[in-house]
Parts: sequence; C-alpha cells; structure tokens
Amino acid sequence: MHIPDGFIDAPVSLAAAVTSAGVLAVAVRKGRDELDDRLIPMAGLTAAFVFAMQMVNFPVAAGTSGHLLGGLLAAALVGPWLGAISIAVVLFVQALLFADGGLSALGLNVLNMAVVGVLGGYAVLRVLLRLLPRVRGRVPLTALVGVAAWASVMLAAGAFVIEYALGATSDVATSTVATAVLGVHALVGVGEGVITAVVVGTVLAVRPDLVYIGGLLRGPQQLEIRQPTPVVVR
Amino acid sequence: MSRRTFLVLGFLLALLIAGGVAYYASSQPDGLEKAAEDTGFSDTAQDSAVADSPLADYQAPGVDSERLSVGLAGVVGVLATAALGGGLFYLMGRGRQRAAAVDIAGGERQHPETPAPGS
Repeated sequence: MHIPDGFIDAPVSLAAAVTSAGVLAVAVRKGRDELDDRLIPMAGLTAAFVFAMQMVNFPVAAGTSGHLLGGLLAAALVGPWLGAISIAVVLFVQALLFADGGLSALGLNVLNMAVVGVLGGYAVLRVLLRLLPRVRGRVPLTALVGVAAWASVMLAAGAFVIEYALGATSDVATSTVATAVLGVHALVGVGEGVITAVVVGTVLAVRPDLVYIGGLLRGPQQLEIRQPTPVVVR
Repeated sequence: MSRRTFLVLGFLLALLIAGGVAYYASSQPDGLEKAAEDTGFSDTAQDSAVADSPLADYQAPGVDSERLSVGLAGVVGVLATAALGGGLFYLMGRGRQRAAAVDIAGGERQHPETPAPGS
C-alpha cells in the first residue's frame, strides 16, 4: 500500500502533502486535549506495534501479499486523532529509514493510510455503532471493529485510485487500475479485519480501560454494586 | 494486569514481531505493487532518494544472516518509532499542560459568558 516515488505526479503529491499536513495539525490540537500522562506511553506503543505488524506481510492470493495498515487498530487503541498521528509517525520512519514508500510520495501515503485510513475507518465504525445501538458487548463490538478495519483498507485503496485518476504518470486507464487495486485490497482488508479484531478483542478482554474503544464497551461486568466501607470509631 | 505490565508486554511483543516473526513474512509483492504489475504501470516507480540508506528495505548493513539482518532492522525500527512517537506525544502532552496553565491564569482566552467591562 506504500506508494513509491514516480507513480503520482508532483502537483498531486504536493497537494496531498499539504492536505496531510493540515489534517495532522488539526489532529495535534484535538489529540492534545485527550492526551493525559497515561495515554502518552500508550500512543507511543501503538505506533511501535503498528510498525512491527506492518513488517509481517501475509499471503492473500497467488503471488500477492498484504500487511496490516493499522488505521482502525490505532483509532481503537488511542482514538482517531492520536491514532492518525501514530500512523503518520510509522510512515515517516518507514520512508526515511527504510526507503519503504517514496519521499515525494510521503504526503500521499500519509493521506491514504493515516488520514483516510484512520479517520475514515473510524467514521465507518461510528456509523456502524449508530446503526446498531445495542451492539456494545465485547465480542460484537470486536466484530464491528473488524468490519470497519476492512472498510478502512478499502477507503485507503479508494484514495489511491482518486490520486491515480488525478495525477497518474502512466497512461493505463483509471478504470483498469481501480478494478485491480480495489479487488486485491478487498482481500487484503480481510486480513486487516481479522488481525485488528484479534488484537482489539484481546485488549478489551485484558484491560479495556486502557484503550479508547473500551469507553464504548457496555456490559453487565461493568455494573458493580459497592458497599461503603464501614468506619469504626473507637 | 497492571498498566505497566500491559505496556511492557506490548512493547516486548512489538520487538518480538519485528525482530523475529518478520523474517517469515511473505516476500510476494503487496497489493498495490501487484496491481501495478498486472495493469502495467509498475515501471513508473522510481527509487526513493534514501534507497541507499543503511537500513533500506529492512536489511541491517554488513550482516550476512538474512534472519539476523531483518531482525536487527526490525528492532531498530521499533525503537525508532517508539522514540519518535513517544517524544512527539510527550511534547504534545506538555503543550496541553501549558494551554491549561494559560486558562487558569485567566490569560488569553475570552469567556463569552462574561460581559466585557463597561458594556
């Protein structure tokens, strides 16, 4: 999913970089308000974990692989704004240290995976939650997260198709590219959904209070009747 | 599980995945590369300006063992990401505290419900 240099022309790459920078600036302002001392290490861990997971390409079809993009995973762990920044940090490290994704294409990659992938995927999750207001148990909520993770990959792939339509450097028809890119990512997205659901489900089972998505969890286990401790005065 | 244990385990898991599991990753082209090859625009790709960097393509320099090379590059990547991300979020957290301090001091923010003096 990392666009190399050369696929998309300079004007569209530049426009993507400006757009990404603007959205990240908003994300810093919004994310700052949510960032207490407990969330700082959690957000750093989210970025490090997504970096590690992105190294692990899994086979999706004959001669094709995919890897986690982590957009919805990041949003579920630390919220959409800090999640977008986390993914952007991953993309910076990959482009600068590992030559993974082009330098002139960095704005495009941030736009597709950090902005569209995280914020778009999270928007899909909010819509799903609104349509299904009773789904708040741990397992069904985890399933919704998986579905939204699939959608986040499709949105990121769709963003690439739009960029290709606007600034392709080759003369291959956009419709041909759209079919191929969206088709293969419909499969990659399944892996994204499964991995995201496994990680989020595990975290929700262990320490739901540490992650953003835990705030959406509602279940009988959270209703607890506590008796006041009697005070004995001697 | 305490919060500290959770964070340490998560970080160790990231190191294990990047340092060990990543060696077994599929080396087939990813979805975008494959689509570009199949439809015929993959030849428009150019080498990144940092394609000659020591860690390019997730290989540690001067290490013969492929397993060790990928693993080392992965560990460096996890540490670099954690450092950059952690540093950035720490600075953002300090920015929040400063903004809050300005509010308490009654500084820059106007409160709309408070009528301006003399109005």
